[in-house]
Amino acid sequence: MSDTILDVRHLKKYFKTGKGMLHAVDDISFTIDRGKTLGLVGESGCGKSTTGRAILRLIEPTSGEVFFEGKDIVKLSGGEMRKKRKDMQIIFQDPFSSLDPKKTVSQAISEPIRIAKILKNKRDIEDRVMELMDTVGLAERLVNTYPHELDGGRRQRIGIARALAMEPKLIICDEPVSALDVSIQAQILNLMDDLQEKLNLTYIFITHDLAVVNHFADEIAVMYLGSIVEKAPSEELFTNPIHPYTRALLSAIPIPDLDHKRERISLKGEITSPVNLPDECRFANRCYECQDKICRAGIPPLVEVSPNHFVACFLHK
Amino acid sequence: MNEKEINNNDKILDVKNLSVRFETEDGIVRAVNGIDLELGYKRTLGLVGETGAGKTTTALALLRLVQIPPGVVECDKLEIGGRDIRELSTEHMEQIRGKDISMIFQDPMTALNPVFTVGDQIAESLELHEHLSHEQALERAGDMLEMVGIPRARGKEYPHQFSGGMKQRVVIAIALACNPKLLIADEPTTALDVTIQAQVLELMNDLKTKYDTSMIMITHDLGIVAEVCDEVAVMYAGRIIEQGTLEDVFKETMHPYTEGLFNSLPNIKNRTARLKPIMGLMPDPTDLPAGCAFAPRCNYATEECTKKVPELKAVSATHKCACSAYEREGFHIERRAKK
Repeated sequence: MSDTILDVRHLKKYFKTGKGMLHAVDDISFTIDRGKTLGLVGESGCGKSTTGRAILRLIEPTSGEVFFEGKDIVKLSGGEMRKKRKDMQIIFQDPFSSLDPKKTVSQAISEPIRIAKILKNKRDIEDRVMELMDTVGLAERLVNTYPHELDGGRRQRIGIARALAMEPKLIICDEPVSALDVSIQAQILNLMDDLQEKLNLTYIFITHDLAVVNHFADEIAVMYLGSIVEKAPSEELFTNPIHPYTRALLSAIPIPDLDHKRERISLKGEITSPVNLPDECRFANRCYECQDKICRAGIPPLVEVSPNHFVACFLHK
Repeated sequence: MNEKEINNNDKILDVKNLSVRFETEDGIVRAVNGIDLELGYKRTLGLVGETGAGKTTTALALLRLVQIPPGVVECDKLEIGGRDIRELSTEHMEQIRGKDISMIFQDPMTALNPVFTVGDQIAESLELHEHLSHEQALERAGDMLEMVGIPRARGKEYPHQFSGGMKQRVVIAIALACNPKLLIADEPTTALDVTIQAQVLELMNDLKTKYDTSMIMITHDLGIVAEVCDEVAVMYAGRIIEQGTLEDVFKETMHPYTEGLFNSLPNIKNRTARLKPIMGLMPDPTDLPAGCAFAPRCNYATEECTKKVPELKAVSATHKCACSAYEREGFHIERRAKK
């Protein structure tokens, strides 16, 4: 019944540094169904962007398998992978630095079409560019403008048009609205919502903004120091968070509602360095419930505590 | 300033008709267009708006840090703690800045000097303003570090050895070192993660109470406003379009733009509700529309709105709003209808 488009198993990405092995992504597994959105949430340095990039093999995973429509793409050759990437696109965070300042809107959008040889006839390409601009809500008159003439929202629309040009099935959205003002952010989120419905897109939505992800994702995975600590449908995660880190994270969101009273859980300290991690719960050092004997005895596995709700904590299972 | 002077004046900040424009080759950029601000002692004002609304320029003008030229600053009144600072000499201003009024800048990554230790950077303002010896100042700098939750010994380290949240704590320590009466915080937590943001906001709330500091919190995040501010001023295209207490602006919202800001935010209680963004873009400050600057994006605008700039009018003792639509009989915004 369920139509799994992406199945990530035991994905790891380590970086060698002068001080030792940096565990950027440390054994992550999840699946996404076609047409759904998975939110990947966490603070800076938790490995969420690296996860996105490793899935697309923009950086090579250290180990693990990534099944896209049933095929392990980690095993594909360079040429095969390039073809596969038509189906898997990415939208970057910063629309100010992810566009070539010397390319006009039309050149930026037509570039992937040309490179992937989706269309060859010049007229067809032009028509396709116009069609894409219309899809993402860029006015026709902007076709020959340069990125510096456009605001952040419009630039991000170019980034989305470039991704859509390949007619992808999966789009990894790496903080697509973080650099935008709220009124513009809402415009882009609504656009992405509409596109998903129209084109049956699957999204991995990487963000640190919990209010946005709650609105946008069907399911949310919370990451901490390279691992998923909790994963559940959005509604469930927000109403019934279990992992101490998730609870602290949710309690830290400033809410623009004077009647919304809640207990804030303050975390001590900051995210620890992901270099040479000991075999204990990654969150133990900042955890307000930590019991040394239990929590430092090993790495807690991600366990299903109720249907579709997974938690990696020795104290809650 | 002594106690007596403070008693003579119940406002730490009193600004009337402040305008800032930048005269550039490409035209005149009208960043701030006639705003009034008042702030009582120990109060916190949230200055809210999106990129380009003129929030930061307003703050810089209060500190007289706008670069002239190309900047041109005009105002009828600019008093800090009852003292007019418009005509003060550069030297005199330098004595005030960092002592009576200080600022926390947005980006802690660039606000610190990379070639001095953080201890030295905190000590600098103490040496200048409190005339302490270097040793005494370093000692006090250590106290300040501890107060913001950083071990004293780390004062000997350089900014690159600190994480973002720690750097912002250092910036806060510098701003508070001389116990200023007015603290202007320009998006102090925007560059930080939520859990660290929560720590920093909590710290600022504690310090504010401890030192009786008045504060202007510049932010685009209404959630932060709800947590730390007593009063709110919403800016759009260089003007204050709605102003009042936290309750006034959040519960008795009047201005269509303020409503638009609330509607653009994902609702944490109703996750499937579709967002209602504000259509279009902030106007170009070199070419502001005639009449209400928000009219081109406003769902309620009529032709009247494009003709004259609406005045900021009092709707209650504490609440002000600049919207001509209220001249129409029975007008209200949707947000109010629901209640």
